Amino acid sequence: MNHQPIIELIELTKKYDTLTAVDHLNLSVSKGEIFGLLGPNGAGKSTTILMMLGLTEPTSGTPKVCGINATISPVEVKKRVGYLPDNVGFYDGMTGLENLIYIARLNSMPLKTATQNATQLLEKVGLAEAAGKKTGKYSRGMLQRLGLADVLIKNPEVIILDEPTLGIDPKGIQDFLDLIVKLSREEGLTVLLCSHHLYQVQQVCDRVGIFVRGKLIAEGNIDSLSSKLFSGELLTIEAGISMQDQAELILPSPVAISNLKDSLLGIDGVKSVVYDDGKMKIPCTKDLSATIAKKIVESGIGLNSLSKKEYGLDDIYRRYFENEETL
Amino acid sequence: MEKSVTINYERVIHPFWIMVYKEVSEQVRSWRFIILGALMILTCMGSLYTSITSLSAVTKPNDPNAHLFFLKLFTSSDGTLPPFHVFIAFLGPLIGISLGFDAINSEQSGRTLSRIMAQPIHRDYLINAKFVASLIVISVMLLALNLLVIGAGIFVIGIPPTLEEVLRIFAFLVVSILYVAFWLNLSIFFSVRFRQAATSALASIASWLFFSVFYKIIIDLISKVIVPSPYSTSPDVIIRYQKLMLALSRFTPRQLFSDATTALFVPSIRSLGPLTADQVYGAIPNPLPLGQSLLIIWPQLTGLIAATVLCFALSYVVFMRKEIRSR
Repeated sequence: MNHQPIIELIELTKKYDTLTAVDHLNLSVSKGEIFGLLGPNGAGKSTTILMMLGLTEPTSGTPKVCGINATISPVEVKKRVGYLPDNVGFYDGMTGLENLIYIARLNSMPLKTATQNATQLLEKVGLAEAAGKKTGKYSRGMLQRLGLADVLIKNPEVIILDEPTLGIDPKGIQDFLDLIVKLSREEGLTVLLCSHHLYQVQQVCDRVGIFVRGKLIAEGNIDSLSSKLFSGELLTIEAGISMQDQAELILPSPVAISNLKDSLLGIDGVKSVVYDDGKMKIPCTKDLSATIAKKIVESGIGLNSLSKKEYGLDDIYRRYFENEETL
Repeated sequence: MEKSVTINYERVIHPFWIMVYKEVSEQVRSWRFIILGALMILTCMGSLYTSITSLSAVTKPNDPNAHLFFLKLFTSSDGTLPPFHVFIAFLGPLIGISLGFDAINSEQSGRTLSRIMAQPIHRDYLINAKFVASLIVISVMLLALNLLVIGAGIFVIGIPPTLEEVLRIFAFLVVSILYVAFWLNLSIFFSVRFRQAATSALASIASWLFFSVFYKIIIDLISKVIVPSPYSTSPDVIIRYQKLMLALSRFTPRQLFSDATTALFVPSIRSLGPLTADQVYGAIPNPLPLGQSLLIIWPQLTGLIAATVLCFALSYVVFMRKEIRSR
């Protein structure tokens, strides 16, 4: 991976009447990197993207993409950048293939090449069977896949995905993210992924930036970021435990609990174990629910329930601001 | 060199024409176009039928327009149905409105706007392509209707039109395209201005009703208030009054259109304003040549073009300043 920045935002600012949507943002993304831009709704993520594509003029500052100033020559930038807006829409009266061919031809591709590329891409994203179907009849997940094909058809250097996982079911999200990673690694693409789901993003991104109220408050790879903010914990597993005593459920003895605690702490990735009235809270650095369940059952204590609590962005902000206050 | 008739699939077509092509094909395939086309053909047949049945009644001896007999197909009626040009004056706005009212806001509500804007095209391509495509559709439709009337006319009455008549009919075609283009642009403006297609359709229809029904009522009210007494006033005052009322009524595109068509189809018309007995005295009731008729309707033509351009400029400016957001 070379470290020449392909996206470079310098002191980028966008002000609406009273609101400052983006506040002196500095950001650079290297070629071939998958960068996650995390932030709550209304943080200014979409505005930043629009400025990077030259669709909105910044109040001040320069958005540079592929070394080109997007405000001055948006068309040149848009030749090299594929953008998947959140909640992407297609022309309902046209088939998936027709929609793709249309976009390819807008990128100055002759009809023959456009048709070939579109057919190939539909196969890649797993929509080959639905190619002749009108997009009005596509499901949400299919639309999102078509959106990915739509972004890739212009052979971009950079792809920007705005909330690409919104409205897809969990299984679909996993598949979709895997697809993004696979395709971008194959083509050596730079990916900018915007989302407000930390857990999803951290699975695929090389580096993330946390963006709140128009400001980039933290930036780095997942490990450094999470160790900075959560001392490395990314999710908490909560286990309800009890003992079966004939017909009744009773709480296990303190000795059994302390034994269990020790064995759980032995698992690689568990940060700490807190016991409180039949419940065990186990913060860990990765999803260890299966191992934890096994340990509990092996210890002879009954397992009532097991739930995962992922840290959302809310927790990050709360954590972040807590840290800020204590500093 | 041998000329190839097959489509060249390798040719790169300018993105603007790709967009126009797509818009035209979408328009022509839509249900609303099929319905409107059916409606237009029905009314055209109806008015043709009434004018043919009344042709013998309207041809009087000593008619100065007798040698332009063919034009009567477009103007005469037995009273059951209005003649062809009145139909166009009435239904033309409906065609224009229905082709334009959801031009931009449908892209927005279908979430395709930001996706298209992210392609390497200039922003104004979208609105220009929509306008050009609708104009092509309108022109082809009106041309077909006019040719249909001419063809049916030749078939029924057995006399082919003279060159003068054909030229007048084509001048009428141009005027009616301009007239429909005005309504098209007005509805495109509303489609940029209003987010909901229903609102913009309603706004367009409201302005159409205002100009075709209520404006006349308002003019009548004004005229009743300022009408000079028939006993005590000089002819100057009466002429001034007449001119004022005429000028007021010409603020509606429909009045401009019907002025222009009357002068084109009734070549003996010397002036579209009031004429004094002095001016008419000694004039031979001869039809004017086409050039002279065009000279009479020149102000009307200019007015129509100005109104059309004004509406388009307005929608262009508003569209260029619009925020491109997916939601």
